[in-house]
Amino acid sequence: MGAVIVFCEASATGIRSASLPAVTAAAALAGHHGGEVIAVVAGAGAGVAAAAADVARYAGVGKVLTFEDARLGVPMAETLAPLLARVVKETGATALVATATSTGKDVLPRAAALLGAGMASDIVRVDGANRFRRPAYAGNALEDVEIGSAVVVASVRQTAFAPAEAAAGGGTPAAKVQVGVVGTIDTLGAEVVSVQATKSERPELGDAKIVVSGGRGMRAGENFKGLEELTDLLGGALGASRAACDAGMVPNDLQVGQTGKVVAPQLYIAVAISGAIQHLAGMKGSKVIVAINKDGEAPIFQVADYGLVATWETAVPALIAEVKKLKAG
Amino acid sequence: MKILVTCKRVPNPEQKLKLGGGKIDLTAVTWQLNTFDEYGVEAALRLTEKGKGGERSGEVVAVAVGPKEAAQQLRGVLAMGADRGLLVVHDDGGLDADAVARVLAKVVEREKPDLVILGKQTVDGDSNQVGQILAALLGWPQATFLAGLRVAADGKSATTTREVDAGVEEKRVPLPAVATVDLRIIGKRSVRNEGLAGPEAEWEETQRYASLKGIMAAKKKEIRELGAAELGVTPAPLMKVVGYEAPASRKAGVRVGSVEELVAKLHNEAKVI
Repeated sequence: MGAVIVFCEASATGIRSASLPAVTAAAALAGHHGGEVIAVVAGAGAGVAAAAADVARYAGVGKVLTFEDARLGVPMAETLAPLLARVVKETGATALVATATSTGKDVLPRAAALLGAGMASDIVRVDGANRFRRPAYAGNALEDVEIGSAVVVASVRQTAFAPAEAAAGGGTPAAKVQVGVVGTIDTLGAEVVSVQATKSERPELGDAKIVVSGGRGMRAGENFKGLEELTDLLGGALGASRAACDAGMVPNDLQVGQTGKVVAPQLYIAVAISGAIQHLAGMKGSKVIVAINKDGEAPIFQVADYGLVATWETAVPALIAEVKKLKAG
Repeated sequence: MKILVTCKRVPNPEQKLKLGGGKIDLTAVTWQLNTFDEYGVEAALRLTEKGKGGERSGEVVAVAVGPKEAAQQLRGVLAMGADRGLLVVHDDGGLDADAVARVLAKVVEREKPDLVILGKQTVDGDSNQVGQILAALLGWPQATFLAGLRVAADGKSATTTREVDAGVEEKRVPLPAVATVDLRIIGKRSVRNEGLAGPEAEWEETQRYASLKGIMAAKKKEIRELGAAELGVTPAPLMKVVGYEAPASRKAGVRVGSVEELVAKLHNEAKVI
């Protein structure tokens, strides 16, 4: 058996924090495959080398391969999937993993197909060289799956694995970094014309320790103002149910649930959210869940550690005032 | 333009799953079309229309891989307005995303559509893979998790809107291509064929429902059944489900009487703020 390739996304300052749980999963998988963990960083400009140096610091990473090219500046499945497939072949690796971010979900299945490899999506546990556990049916069932192909591919649920930590002692991370040959890049004519970055001072939903979410009961986008204030006061991230996103109250990238983002913060505050199965799938791994809903029968109360039957109109301003009082100590 | 749209049947997600002995019992479930596929059908139909209720041009072919009973959901899609159906008959179980994509690739070779539209994931398997694998097998570009889709007037490319972690991405792909759709694709102005509909064209902010007229018309439309062997492919999964387990359930906690009590508990008891 061979090495485990982990695809790491670069941020402005190093490895994207969302990729760290995939490093942990890769290290667990490498134990079953008997090879080392090879991290792959791809992108454009000096950021690639900086990200690679950052990745090399983490425990379990044996080697970092970098690919720098202007055409890799924006992640695209058309360019990244063949690159990852080639790295797997050239290194004789027997596994490929990445976090199930929007890029990971886009790229990995395409890479798996190019390798003739089976893929498990959103794994929450590594049970063997080719055996994984993953949620299905909106998290109402956990599947144990086995992959029969020589190479196995898996996307990793960010909240299910602890972020990798910097290696003790440090070692010589720079020696681990190797510059890879980019080779031919065929975009198949696809092109990212623009990316309108979400402007937010708040932490990303997947990383936040506190998440405050609003649901259909908020009725209108402007009513999220109070939730935003509460979110910022707590230093958290803002989320929403699918119903609120569908109704156009907030952008879809705030959606928490089966078809949105999966979060597992220390504290999840659900306001005016009834608790549909598909929403619960995205947040029931949270450590502490607070439900605020005017309907005492709402299903959200069945998973909440603390439930408060109240309208958001009264509860949200009161919460803001109480938290302010607490902070003022 | 010709559009191929996938239509998978899934167990109604509102029903409680019957899980026991490492298996899921699906014998008593009711089936429905996967929501994201339904949105894909809506997008495909809009690409063949001049506007809401407007004249149509082009063809929408609905394809399913499933048991004979899956014809029911295909018939529903024909009632929405799709032109004809193709059912590749196979058991629901035992196929992974790779196997389904290999069957679809053969259908694409036969039908030669300009665009294949799929839901971004099915709400039973939750894998989110088939579209991407299909694009790889065909060597076509892909535009996944779409919130917007505009086909250029010359029909040679599509400009798509993707809600990604970094923000909102606009990606242009030449046609033919594979597209997978997310929730926002059913917005009033999310989808448009510039060769047919002007910038003022808009639709209802929902997927359409079958009208009585549509249901009657669908009875006369063709659903062709064929076996995978006829397509020259033997579906064999690379990934097998070997067992199921119910997730640990969460217990309901306590009710608090006031915001003051809530904040005190979060601070002193749970120690999370």
